[in-house]
Amino acid sequence: MAFNRPKKKLMEDDEVIVLNNVSKSYQAGVQALSNVNIRIKKGEFVFVVGDSGSGKSTFIKLLLRELVPTTGSIYILDYNLNKIKHRKVPKFRRNIGVVFQDFRLLKDRNVYENVAFAQRIIEVPSAQIRKNVPKVLATVGLAGKYKVKPGRLSGGEQQRVAIARALVNKPSIILADEPTGNLDPKNSMEIMKLLEEINEKGTTVIMVTHNKEIVNAMQKRVITLNKGVIISDVEKGGYNDEI
Amino acid sequence: MKFSTFFYTLWQGVKNIFRNKLFSLASVATISACLFLFGVFYSILANFQHIVKTAEEGVCVVVFFDEDITEERISEIGTMITKRPEVSKINYVSAEDAWNVFKDEYLGEYSDGFTENPLADCANYEIYLNDVSLQNALVTYLESVPGISEVKRSELTALTLSNANKLIGYVSLGIIGILLAVSVFLISNTVTIGIQVRKEEISIMKYIGATDYFVRAPFVIEGILIGLIGSAIPLGLIYFIYNRALNFVRDQFKVLSSLLNFLTVNDVYKMLLPICLGIGVGIGFLGSFSTVRKHLRV
Ligand SMILES: Nc1ncnc2c1ncn2[C@@H]1O[C@H](COP(=O)(O)OP(=O)(O)OP(=O)(O)O)[C@@H](O)[C@H]1O
Ligand SMILES: [Mg+2]
Repeated sequence: MAFNRPKKKLMEDDEVIVLNNVSKSYQAGVQALSNVNIRIKKGEFVFVVGDSGSGKSTFIKLLLRELVPTTGSIYILDYNLNKIKHRKVPKFRRNIGVVFQDFRLLKDRNVYENVAFAQRIIEVPSAQIRKNVPKVLATVGLAGKYKVKPGRLSGGEQQRVAIARALVNKPSIILADEPTGNLDPKNSMEIMKLLEEINEKGTTVIMVTHNKEIVNAMQKRVITLNKGVIISDVEKGGYNDEI
Repeated sequence: MKFSTFFYTLWQGVKNIFRNKLFSLASVATISACLFLFGVFYSILANFQHIVKTAEEGVCVVVFFDEDITEERISEIGTMITKRPEVSKINYVSAEDAWNVFKDEYLGEYSDGFTENPLADCANYEIYLNDVSLQNALVTYLESVPGISEVKRSELTALTLSNANKLIGYVSLGIIGILLAVSVFLISNTVTIGIQVRKEEISIMKYIGATDYFVRAPFVIEGILIGLIGSAIPLGLIYFIYNRALNFVRDQFKVLSSLLNFLTVNDVYKMLLPICLGIGVGIGFLGSFSTVRKHLRV
């Protein structure tokens, strides 16, 4: 007789990211994250805030599987990041678009090539690339600048190229580590508008920021880290002023 | 792998070469020098061997018979000799044949004065060998055969030739070996620098979800291309100077012209081309692949 004990469900159907008791310490003995528990649903927009050194970037790196947790487990989409095989990591990462504070564009290539680059990497046929790239450049409002090299763009424009690059492979999740950190308020708000639009089309967005105004203006979920510990996690919240 | 990916990777490999021109150039130059030397030595050796072989083919041992020998015994000896493994061909020269040849070669019209064959006892076997170094063994054997009165060995032995052959071979192998090691080292450096220069790009590629293969391939292609260029240059060069060199040698050693039976450039290239390309590409692949494995933790 089959003994069908129901498996413990690790993830609800509408969840895309689950962290169970995740801790991360670096070799140097620094405990960057301690016992972090987070569940994120598909289509959520989540801010992660906290002081410098509170572990925000470490959190992003864990989600990208650039790092593995010291203890605890991470599930993202259909992947168990603790068990994923090295050669499956690229395939996993194709579900995630990532944006950094310093843009990280290829300076020797123009806007079009920077975005097409992301498609080449996942081996999209050239004909398809020629269709997809202009479309996504239009989405971020850079259709007219496709031939320009990053060095001749403003910070806001460069970040939009980076977002286009993150977006072009149609990821289910966008991770942004202080995407407005190098931008003035006006450009910052434009980037936020863009990320919100992307989120409204169904992409889950997780954004690390220091920017109080942005967090307060957007009224989204806010997770606050302090010294590697979650001290608050609120729906539709503002910036946690305790930190 | 998709078609477009292949070309993209290839193009990235080509771009890598131009990104650090100096090192690429140094690598190409070393491989070229190495394979040029190899090609020159190979051409010399190939011709040497060809000349020796042609000379060897003409080498024959001649046996003469006792005066009172019967026809049957001569043909019996012939069968025995034919069975020897070192014998490639055996040719019976009757007394008349010997006389005719002698007449034609040395006497011409003066031969009319002879009514009898002065070479009546000069029937012989010309025995051709498939390997000159076995001449001694054969001669020893022949001298022990009853009915044979005299064995004339050929004075041309390949021994001296093959010794010179070997020396050239070892020296060139040594030089080529050193140069090959230098080439691998240089390619490895070229690729390492390429990887360093592109660290940022590589990290972005990995975030986006590039496979190890995709990240590594351009560097390996870079190495292979360097190897390919490095072998194409000396091959072109040697092809170009080969005939000039032959003419020069012919002019210098006019006396030996009957002996100097050179190979054509196409004959030499039948082997040289694939070997050179193989070594060049092989070194390029080896140098870059091992470096990528070591320095490109993906
Ligand atoms: N590679 C590393 N090796 C050792 N310690 C590290 C490493 N990376 C980060 N840390 C430490 O881990 C802690 C958390 O760092 P993390 O970069 O996650 O902070 P953060 O919240 O992103 O800070 P910031 O707002 O300045 O970007 C810090 O104490 C940091 O010094
Ligand atoms: Mg950080």
